[in-house]
Amino acid sequence: MPEFDWITTLSIIAGVIAVVMPTVGYLTLSERKISAWIQDRVGPNRVGPLGLLQPLADGGKFFLKEAPIPSHVDKIFFLLAPAISMATALVALAVVPWGGTTPTPPPVKTVEMVNGAERPVTDALATFETAQAAHAEKFQSVIMPGLDIGILYVFAIGSLAVYGVILGGWASDNKYSLIGALRSSAQIISYEIPLGMSIVGILLFTGSLNLETIVAWQKQHGWFFFFQPLAFLLFMTSVYAECNRLPFDLPEAEQEIVGGYLTEYGALNFGMFMIGEFTHMITTSLLMSLCFFGGYTLFGLEDSFSDPILGYVLKAVILSAKVGFFLFMYQLVRWTIPRFRFDQLMALAWKVMIPLSLLHLFGAMLVRQFQLSNWVLTAISVSLFIGAGLLAVAINAGPNNTPRRRKIPVMTLPVGVN
Amino acid sequence: MAIAEQDVAWVAAPKLGLLEQLYIPIVLDGLSTTVKHLFSKKRTESYPEQLPVLPPNYRGVHRLNRDSEGRTKCVACYMCATACPAHCIDIVAAPAPAAWKDREKYPETFVIDELRCIYCGMCEEACPVDAIELTTLYDLTGMSREQMIFDKEKLLSIFDQTTKAGTDPVRTSGSKLGPAAEAPKPTSTH
Repeated sequence: MPEFDWITTLSIIAGVIAVVMPTVGYLTLSERKISAWIQDRVGPNRVGPLGLLQPLADGGKFFLKEAPIPSHVDKIFFLLAPAISMATALVALAVVPWGGTTPTPPPVKTVEMVNGAERPVTDALATFETAQAAHAEKFQSVIMPGLDIGILYVFAIGSLAVYGVILGGWASDNKYSLIGALRSSAQIISYEIPLGMSIVGILLFTGSLNLETIVAWQKQHGWFFFFQPLAFLLFMTSVYAECNRLPFDLPEAEQEIVGGYLTEYGALNFGMFMIGEFTHMITTSLLMSLCFFGGYTLFGLEDSFSDPILGYVLKAVILSAKVGFFLFMYQLVRWTIPRFRFDQLMALAWKVMIPLSLLHLFGAMLVRQFQLSNWVLTAISVSLFIGAGLLAVAINAGPNNTPRRRKIPVMTLPVGVN
Repeated sequence: MAIAEQDVAWVAAPKLGLLEQLYIPIVLDGLSTTVKHLFSKKRTESYPEQLPVLPPNYRGVHRLNRDSEGRTKCVACYMCATACPAHCIDIVAAPAPAAWKDREKYPETFVIDELRCIYCGMCEEACPVDAIELTTLYDLTGMSREQMIFDKEKLLSIFDQTTKAGTDPVRTSGSKLGPAAEAPKPTSTH
């Protein structure tokens, strides 16, 4: 068991917050800048050089504005909702390995078979303790090192974020807010299934829920993206839905339900929802990099410095570059794919992604059971994907199937009236 | 009146092929468009630093043109005030000084209320002697309503200003006035 050290933990927490919060701030700027560039505009460029101080100005505005609380709302839950939304997003970062880590040592056998009879291992405890002590010696750039339920923890906390949305929508006592919250809960519950299922294929291979072990496995065998491209695709799509990002941002569809669950919020309460949303984007980008793109590994390039400090820095840089790429993808996709209709959204989750993720999981099981090469799973992955496409062509289905048109009898006016 | 059934054309949604059903090629196609725009030339005009290039027929603030001798061309015929749909032109005519041989009247005062004006350019079209023109000055500001009521001197100074700056060259000849300037011919029937 690694010793709990207040100072190390607090300094890592401070470091993570010091990195994540400005990143969130600058994500709002990059969101606006990239939106502007894609629309052939320049974007915010007045505050500071190239508009780089815009997040500070926005933050200051959020703090100085009056936070209006409508008289009809349930005040406790109304104020609790943004806090939950932000806190859950931040807490999920606790298990992310930012730089170099050494995974926790595997369990030690306490019983061994000798001549068909069980015999307790005499030095099991000593072996265990030396292994743990050796592990505790090494510096881990994680807030919570050696948390064996790592990814489960991230998912559990991530699902809690929906409470913020639902509470906000319910407490606002506004129909638009409520509809937004309902949409959000339906959407998140539906997309949790393919999200979780796509990750199970990985867990089968690593044999651990610990994110550090998952990264270590990929360092040894290669990135999961190459072996399970379909799982990555499902994961990415589900994560876009989880973050309420376009094309799945129905909970805040302005054209239909004003601001959704955000309708009644203003000033810092709104700001906290936004911080939560952007932090969730960072967390999910981290998950994509860690689970499918090998975390801080880059084909052995991450070990090019022998100096331990430089090594940690390089690994952190590699990880941030991957995260940055996924954050950029979030923003590009936003302006590429228009919003889905709600029935299309649900059909995509239940009719396409859940069956596909189940079949993919079955393929992963087969590969594990019969000790096949990992590349077999790649083939299974790709053929499942193309097979789904062929099936869709064969039955002429798809989320953009034409809605059934009813023929409405034309009302004819009486003779002489026009 | 409902649209007749035969006038309605039902357009069927295009049938999706394998590439469309696979989503990813289509999404990549869309992404390539997005990325192309990301790096394309921006259309933004950074206004105070970068001034707009306006077409010469832009309808901004009015001016009263001067003739070659520096006098106002206006002959106080009231055509512009009559044509003005916003009734923002107020002219007081007076007999022209004796030295001005080419015209009978001249405007003693010529006032345009720039806040009432709708910048339609009808006055410019109506003027028989090309005395009033709309310039490309667009950033018209004032601290009070009174400041926005332009009198003859102000309108003539806009002529000086715009011709000097070269933004609005005089579009008509500066010398000969039109027939509206001439005194009515004496009727010789009696």
